[in-house]
Amino acid sequence: MLIENLLMALKAIWANKMRSMLTTLGIVIGTAAVIAVVSIVQGFSQVITNEVQNLGANTIIVQPFRPPGKEGDKLGKIVLTWEDGQAVMRTCPSVSVATPVVQDFLEVKFGEERSQYPVIGVQPVFQDVRNYYVDQGRFFSALDETSRTNACVIGHGVLTELKLPQDPIGRDLLLAGRTCNIIGVMEPKGEILGQELDKFVMIPFGTAVSLWGHTVEENTHFLVRASSPEIVDQAADEIENTLRVRHHLRSDQPSDFKVSTQKEFLKSFTKFANGVTYVVAGVVSIALLVGGIGIMNIMLVSVTERTREIGLRKAVGARRSHILAQFVIEAITLALVGGIIGIAMGIAVGAIAAKLIPNWPGFFIPVWALALAFGFSSAVGLFFGIYPAAKASRLDPIESLRYE
Amino acid sequence: MSALIDIRDVTKTYEMGAETIVHALAGVSLAIEGGDYVAIMGPSGSGKSTLMNLIGCLDTPSTGSYVLKGREIATMNDDELAQIRNKEIGFIFQTFNLLPRADAVQNVELPLVYSGLPRRERKARAEKALDAVGLGTRKHHRPNEMSGGQRQRVAIARALVNDPSILLADEPTGNLDSKTGEEILALMDELHRGGNTIILVTHEDELAQHAARVVRLKDGKIISDVRNSVVGA
Repeated sequence: MLIENLLMALKAIWANKMRSMLTTLGIVIGTAAVIAVVSIVQGFSQVITNEVQNLGANTIIVQPFRPPGKEGDKLGKIVLTWEDGQAVMRTCPSVSVATPVVQDFLEVKFGEERSQYPVIGVQPVFQDVRNYYVDQGRFFSALDETSRTNACVIGHGVLTELKLPQDPIGRDLLLAGRTCNIIGVMEPKGEILGQELDKFVMIPFGTAVSLWGHTVEENTHFLVRASSPEIVDQAADEIENTLRVRHHLRSDQPSDFKVSTQKEFLKSFTKFANGVTYVVAGVVSIALLVGGIGIMNIMLVSVTERTREIGLRKAVGARRSHILAQFVIEAITLALVGGIIGIAMGIAVGAIAAKLIPNWPGFFIPVWALALAFGFSSAVGLFFGIYPAAKASRLDPIESLRYE
Repeated sequence: MSALIDIRDVTKTYEMGAETIVHALAGVSLAIEGGDYVAIMGPSGSGKSTLMNLIGCLDTPSTGSYVLKGREIATMNDDELAQIRNKEIGFIFQTFNLLPRADAVQNVELPLVYSGLPRRERKARAEKALDAVGLGTRKHHRPNEMSGGQRQRVAIARALVNDPSILLADEPTGNLDSKTGEEILALMDELHRGGNTIILVTHEDELAQHAARVVRLKDGKIISDVRNSVVGA
């Protein structure tokens, strides 16, 4: 009986192809949106998780930060000094190493080639803190730092953009008029979400201080490495306490800096992803509602058009439940056809998005999203199909047979 | 032995609006034996359609009793009536009432679908019924690929497929030309000779000639009930 109903439903839908297609448009759009957005959000999560893993789960970022509102305005100058960083290393038992990071855009020249790059001042421990190492040559030594040598380590992207030779070690770059000797090239990282990760020049922190003077303090943040990933939260608390004491903050004042762990970063990303999901869920539920009303409408039309058929079926022995089942199944089938088309379109959109965005980890749709799309479209068919089907099942056979 | 159909003091009234009450049947009693060929005649408004609907178990009487094959129909609910129609009644309509998107076999097997027969058996019985009405070569044609006479034959096959107690034909030749109509009537005669009970509802005297017994209605009452000595042998 079920198979009979299913075949009948498909036949009826096929007989009115255009009408059925238009009717299911709402459902098609709804499910396509679900599938596309889920696959894209999943891709994003993958990228972000990869990035966090790259950075190292035990990395902590400490930045100067003016808290919003009146309390923040009262705090005066917001700065982090390298003395703060040294105090952190001295007093926080869960912290292993820390490096200041200071950054500014400078014009970089090699021969006739020139371009603007972020120039970053870091200390020798940077490699270990960031889990990011040189590919050619060497990184800064303690000597580079203390004697403020004019050495630099370049990102892989600079190599090609400034037309440097394949082995650039020992060549000189001109950084805002200062000659810097290339001692190393960092390993290539490619790009993430359209952001180039290989176009920068690094110099020793000491050299940066001599280059920019004391303005570095206003642009400084720290990268801190906790002794192990398990005690990252503990390390963050210690840093918070140490810096609050150093900055003479009363207990009722907010901190003039921000300590962020990767965990927090992941948390805020998850929040963002959830936000996107809720918005899409809202749009989708409206699309499904509209789609459902469309199905109800077309089913009512169909019941009216097929009044004689219903009368005949009843005359030859169809019970109410038979007619009810026939039309409910037709509505569900209609909705499911829409759902399947929607899923196919969603997959296509997701796959195209995955192709277009560089560094995308590849197209992926979780099974639960497919199950959800299927489930929702059949639920919509069931919900909005019941009323027309009930109407059909209650038709009087005598009047139905007489219906013109 | 009780008759196949035993209708006693049946009335049917319809409320048309608040005040007007229409007495479609005003006390009808009728007994029909198995194997008989009965024509029910009368002008429009005589109550013959109402009587046909009652005999066909599409409707129940307002008062009175209708016993079909020993079972009281008057007190049955919709689903019980549907089952009785499925088992005991074969309808033949003036307008054929075939499903346009289904082929001949699919149309004929429809009552069997609702009796819950397995697919294979349904197909076999539907094909047999089509053979019996002379449509053995048209099994997979759709109604729009067939002539009026062929369509009515499909409808007759559908009425026969469940081996019903009664074949109930409502103006079966009304949509056919006279030659095709004659062919259909000949087929019905043949079915009658084969032992089927046929009730023919018509307003044409010519058709009623084929029946063995003619019951005439007027204003919701039976005004005559005679045996046709000529054909009814």
